Amino acid sequence: MGSRLSKFLYTAIVMFVLWLLLTSTFNSQEVIAGAIISVLVAAFTHERFTRKGLANLHPKRVVCMVLYFFYFFWQMVKANIDVAWRVIHPKMPINPGIVHVKTTMKSDFGKLMVANSITLTPGTLTLEVLGDDMLIHWIDVKATDVETASKMIPGVFEKCLKEFLE
Amino acid sequence: MLAIIGWIMIYIGAIFLFLGALGIFRFPDVYNRLQAGTKCTTLGAFSTIVGVGLVNPPWLPKTLLIAFFILLTNPISSHALGRASYKSGVKLWEGSVVDKCKDFEECHKKEEEE
Amino acid sequence: MNWIIVITLIGLGTVLTILRMAMGPTPADRAVAVDSMTTITTALLVLLGLFMKRYIYLDISLVYAALAFIATLAIARYLEGGV
Repeated sequence: MGSRLSKFLYTAIVMFVLWLLLTSTFNSQEVIAGAIISVLVAAFTHERFTRKGLANLHPKRVVCMVLYFFYFFWQMVKANIDVAWRVIHPKMPINPGIVHVKTTMKSDFGKLMVANSITLTPGTLTLEVLGDDMLIHWIDVKATDVETASKMIPGVFEKCLKEFLE
Repeated sequence: MLAIIGWIMIYIGAIFLFLGALGIFRFPDVYNRLQAGTKCTTLGAFSTIVGVGLVNPPWLPKTLLIAFFILLTNPISSHALGRASYKSGVKLWEGSVVDKCKDFEECHKKEEEE
Repeated sequence: MNWIIVITLIGLGTVLTILRMAMGPTPADRAVAVDSMTTITTALLVLLGLFMKRYIYLDISLVYAALAFIATLAIARYLEGGV
């Protein structure tokens, strides 16, 4: 894992960018105050804020993150149209149930990203994460056994996320 | 030009917000309501807020920040609500196909404590 | 004209969530309705800022979104039975 200095610098950079976004001005007084405050906050919190430090800002990871975001956004739009169609259909064609899938992600952050992505994509909602097992509420159940469901729900996201997380 | 795209996004967002609310009203049990409530309102709010930023371009950075905040926090709160409602013993709808959660002891912690 | 259509759609949505909040058979239903209503209200505050041309409404809606997130987590902890 990263050294203390790289952790400190990463935290300070993230805090400073957040400050600039929140104030959304380049007035010199605001910028100087933001720099001082972000350095102070980083000095106290850098141990807990990050584990890898500056390695998070590697260009390859940033490009993968942006690509993943666009893919994820497209999936989210499809999910919304699907749910909206189910809402306005007079007979409500839903077929709900809770299925059990296994994830292959190892790190905590990877599991968080997979669970969040599952929640916002077609008809699935993460209910519980226990180690490698995930319990998922599915609005239109197509497969009940573990292997098929694992291939259908988290499989697509894991392929993309593995590229830049592990 | 930018303002027209912004207004189209605001319209799409308003329609999705309305459909999400309609889903909450129509669906039969907590988990299905949570699905409609999370997905439709997240995209609806995202589209509306970014649309406002496009109609009035100086506001764009702040509106993007609000939209990303909603995009990050909404799945977490819906996950917490779903887990809590399963643990507090809300039953699934009669038409549900399968319930694998019964096999796991961790889902029923509340009953064990009592 | 634009404003009338948009505000009517979002207002109807708010009314539907309030109805579900009043009717909901279990506490979890009410919590879900409140959660969606806060998201709708955040969007409505941003629209109000555009209508009145006041920048400060964006800050208000950001703080409102943060507080609503924390409130939802607190309600979920309470329903789980371990405040």
